[in-house]
Amino acid sequence: MIARLVSLLLLAGAALAAHAADFDYGLRPQQVAEDSWVLIGRTEDITRQNGGNIVNASFVVTRDGVVVIDTGPSRRYGEQMKAAIAMVTDRQVVRVFNTHHHPDHFLGNQAFDSVPLTALPATQSGMREQGGAFADNMYRMAGDWLTGTEADAARESAHAGRVSIGGHDFELLALDGHTAGDLAVFDRTTGVLYAGDLIFLDRAPTTPHASLAHWRHSLDVLSRLPVKRTVPGHGPVHDDGRGIAQTRDWLDWLDATFGRAAAEGLDMAEVMRLPLPPRFEGMPLARSEFERSVTHLYGAYEQQVMNTAAQRHLQQK
Amino acid sequence: MKRLMASLTMALGVVAIACASDADPLKSSRWPDLQRQYLGEAPVTFDPRVEVLAPKVAEDSMNVPVTVKLQGLPDVRRVMVIADYNPIVKILDYQPLLARPGLSFRIKLQQASPIRALVQTGDGSWHAGGAWVDAAGGGCTAPSTGRSAPDWARTLNQVQGRVWHDGLNQRLRLRIMHPMDTGLAPGIPAFYIENLAIEDAQGQTLLKLETFEPISENPVFSFDLPDTGEALLRVVGRDNNGNRIDAKVQP
Repeated sequence: MIARLVSLLLLAGAALAAHAADFDYGLRPQQVAEDSWVLIGRTEDITRQNGGNIVNASFVVTRDGVVVIDTGPSRRYGEQMKAAIAMVTDRQVVRVFNTHHHPDHFLGNQAFDSVPLTALPATQSGMREQGGAFADNMYRMAGDWLTGTEADAARESAHAGRVSIGGHDFELLALDGHTAGDLAVFDRTTGVLYAGDLIFLDRAPTTPHASLAHWRHSLDVLSRLPVKRTVPGHGPVHDDGRGIAQTRDWLDWLDATFGRAAAEGLDMAEVMRLPLPPRFEGMPLARSEFERSVTHLYGAYEQQVMNTAAQRHLQQK
Repeated sequence: MKRLMASLTMALGVVAIACASDADPLKSSRWPDLQRQYLGEAPVTFDPRVEVLAPKVAEDSMNVPVTVKLQGLPDVRRVMVIADYNPIVKILDYQPLLARPGLSFRIKLQQASPIRALVQTGDGSWHAGGAWVDAAGGGCTAPSTGRSAPDWARTLNQVQGRVWHDGLNQRLRLRIMHPMDTGLAPGIPAFYIENLAIEDAQGQTLLKLETFEPISENPVFSFDLPDTGEALLRVVGRDNNGNRIDAKVQP
């Protein structure tokens, strides 16, 4: 019995290894509305096993060609996304939108280099300034999946407003908060919202360039749209407000936890050890994202507490 | 079966004891050399009472938060903190004197490394604990961010501080404006705070700290002191260029 189990495990391991060795992301488009498809990533951290396939990338097949929303974590992903698009249509890609400048959302751009690559101005400068370091770090985490990948920054600026492409009426929302530039794409024709990383579901939100106040304001804006179906940046596609509610809940909890910890005089490494509330305990990556968020955000909270004290108490000699 | 279990348990027990005493639980190839360099021939025990709290991954290599937590280890005289694979290994050397033996600070980390606390107790024996921190790298060879701002010299050695009372101890948190340049960034010489001490209102020294290049820019420290009520605390120190730090914190 045990021998059989072991050999089964070995077989499974060998299958995984083979999968990793030919660098096949196994991208399978899932239809979420008419003309509308999503490649669902895993709710995991970036590893050498998943090659960075932790993100949702989408495409809409319009009469005039295909609109791509985010291109994944590597050149290989971009190329395989192109092949996945060819499985459902023979139309050409005519437009790429990058929702923001994080590497898992735009390092596949090289595969779409002949197409107008479009992002908000803040996203474009983020890609230019940090893209190289992002690619290096992605290489460090995912290894050879990244071979040949270079940051290919979006060259066209996106602006808030309506864009009609091949019978689809897209509303572009120029928001921020997850990063300095977060583009949400709402397809008014199908009712599908491509939220980028403004919305996470059942995967802890990431905050390396976040402003919690701006992010919450952006969630307010998104919650007022007549959305039928939401594609979050990470996590499952859903038809209700769960993604917005859960993301907001996480951000509110971070804000309250950091505020309280700073008021109590805790140092960063101590804050990292604070318990997670039960509702977040089972959420993938909750502990590690909380730890990361302490580094990203806690300094401002403790600075505020120290400044208050300095005015009241400190006598500088 | 029972005998097998018993011998297994014994074997496990022996392994556990061996780990607790001499083998490096962090399995770093640098450790034997570092042990010789910093502790000489003195015996050292890897002791679960010496805890280093740090993130598993350094999200910001310029600011890796570290807390040394020492619970149940009596009569601590000295706490040395080192990072095995940093180009400058030694981070700080702390004499708690009248303060609690734990402290918190932030460091620059050049690459993945163990961060260790080496703790000497009154009987002269050394107790070690540590944690591995993974890092993308570059923390020590980058110029400080303050260098690019024109007014860093104006705020040099200014201290912000605040005290929290918990009825038993008082926690003192300090932020000191200083570039803490390592000397490893091209064209920028080493420039860092070397000494800090906290004194009470009567001039009695409560704790003493030697700090080295890997401490983060504009360092933030947390210390736990005996509660002296509303009495002033004085922060004194000096950097390697002879600039003095002297500030008072009113709890």
